[in-house]
Amino acid sequence: MARRDTPEINAGSMADIAFLLLIFFLVTTTMDVTTGISRKLPEKPPKDAPPPPKIKERNIFEVTINRNNMLFVEGSIMNVKDLRDAAKKFIDNGGGTITDGTEKNDCSYCEGDKDPNSSDNPSKAIISLQNDRGTSYKTYIAVQNELVAAYSEIRDRFSLKKYGRHFEELNADQQKVVKDAYPQIISEAEPNKS
Amino acid sequence: MSKFAKKKKGMPAISTASLPDIVFMLLFFFMVTTVMRETDPLIDVRVPTATEVQKLERKNLVSYIYVGKPKMKYRAKYGNTDKIQLNDKFADVSDIKSFILAERASKREEEIPYMTTSIKADEEANMGIISDIKIELRDINALKINYATHKGTDPRKELNN
Repeated sequence: MARRDTPEINAGSMADIAFLLLIFFLVTTTMDVTTGISRKLPEKPPKDAPPPPKIKERNIFEVTINRNNMLFVEGSIMNVKDLRDAAKKFIDNGGGTITDGTEKNDCSYCEGDKDPNSSDNPSKAIISLQNDRGTSYKTYIAVQNELVAAYSEIRDRFSLKKYGRHFEELNADQQKVVKDAYPQIISEAEPNKS
Repeated sequence: MSKFAKKKKGMPAISTASLPDIVFMLLFFFMVTTVMRETDPLIDVRVPTATEVQKLERKNLVSYIYVGKPKMKYRAKYGNTDKIQLNDKFADVSDIKSFILAERASKREEEIPYMTTSIKADEEANMGIISDIKIELRDINALKINYATHKGTDPRKELNN
């Protein structure tokens, strides 16, 4: 009988307290997802490192952006919108032949023009990106984006052909196969002083 | 008796007893999804747009470097040129190493290889300062970087129009 006499706690203000906390979290919350272009910087070469091996001129795709945000590809002016196709053409060229040297040099899966003056195979094709200190970040990102897009379009095409599915839908092992077939090699030189 | 009968005729009050439950539910949702804003931006940053963007996973392992012009109210003091912001204050390129080391020290050892540096730079910024940052990051072996960009339309389409 004594239990009945226990007074009920007034929970009417509970809502107010909860509201207060709710508004606090509403205000401090950031819902924005951070997105961006992921890149990996090259490791710092040790001081006594041997000089890098000579790379054949035809295996380098030279992209330069000058301080006026103009784009030079292989020595000639190019519009940013043409860069993706030019890069794809270069990566997928596959101009190497089996008889060229001791290592495997040809590319059986490439669909390019097999131009002997362009890259031998995708794992040897190097895109060299050089910018000026005065280049704007916007242009730089646009160029980076085009180069990454070139690789992802080629990888997607390859995975569709090999596995019948898009690159993102592949499992980790299959993605690795595709990535090995078309490794992303973008080398960035230190910018010109100006 | 008649008194009681009269009272019952009036509109019954809506029970608010379940209101706290509803509010608590919302509260828990926001508590769980919340990520505290750690820094106050001192810099105006409008990040560029790109199509090939990836989501950054594991936000607690990301360190942010802001690059851009100071906000209007700081311009008198800090000038009108591109500045770097680390944590809550303006910094110099030479401060980046100690910043990354401090970030590393605050993480568990097994998490360190997954740490990423996100560069949030204004699209008007020059590459000079970005290159300086990249050289600093390379020197300290913080090799995973991410250029913060919004997911946008294909820049080629914009150029065509």
